[in-house]
Amino acid sequence: MSFEPFRKIQQFISISQSYDIARRYFVVNSFDGALTMLGLLLGFYVSKGVDLAVAIPACLGAAIALAMSGLTSAYLSEKAERKIEFKKLQDAMVSDLSGSAQDKASRWVPIWVALINGLSPLLMSLIIITPLWLVQLGFELPLGPFQSAIGVAFVLIFLLGVFLGRVSRTFWLFSGLQTLVIALITAFLIYVLA
Amino acid sequence: MIQIKRLVLDVLKPHQPYVSEFARAIASKAEGSYVKLKVLEMDDKTETLEIIIEGSDLELDAIVSAINEMGGSLHSVDGVEVMNVKEE
Repeated sequence: MSFEPFRKIQQFISISQSYDIARRYFVVNSFDGALTMLGLLLGFYVSKGVDLAVAIPACLGAAIALAMSGLTSAYLSEKAERKIEFKKLQDAMVSDLSGSAQDKASRWVPIWVALINGLSPLLMSLIIITPLWLVQLGFELPLGPFQSAIGVAFVLIFLLGVFLGRVSRTFWLFSGLQTLVIALITAFLIYVLA
Repeated sequence: MIQIKRLVLDVLKPHQPYVSEFARAIASKAEGSYVKLKVLEMDDKTETLEIIIEGSDLELDAIVSAINEMGGSLHSVDGVEVMNVKEE
């Protein structure tokens, strides 16, 4: 026996086959969020003397913008895609599928995919800027706030690589190092160009 | 009292949900029922099924509603077995 609403959600995900799409969105947008924060933090770090009272709202602003962009773009595109798919299915079935599980899934899936797409970069960003908040609140960290936050960003990007490795059933360390190298190249470019 | 004991249905359904989920949804509408599902034909987006349902007192309307809820469409009732059960 399983909890009925949970079972319904599982059914919608299965019917729409949206688990893979959501997972892809999660990785892509988490990566976006983490790299954006890394870029901002490195920018603040190299320009030196940037106050936390400036850096935190700037990072938060970017995080919220990423979340809104993720939410709306995924919702609108998925809604359009699902509508087309549902119409094709109705044509193939030669019947009105209003009220069916497919109809409900086609309306529900854009919402859940949009939430994944929007909340993943926001969550990543909030975790990454946590050291900035901690220092602002008076906590002492072994490294400076920007170095700590940059360190967290590298760790999260590495973990995203590990997650991708597990999904693709490749060696997790190799996959983690691969994303870490991308982050290091980004950091190098910012450091050189900024 | 006339009770339906066995139904043979010809149903068209989308590929999703899978047949196991489909059979489960039908079985949930008739307690103690036995549902046998066979895929007769596969198309690009749909599949044709033969569904055999056995139970003590089957309700066709409830079964059709379960089929429709899962996006299926009943094409025909190809067989039915009923029994006149003596009321106690």
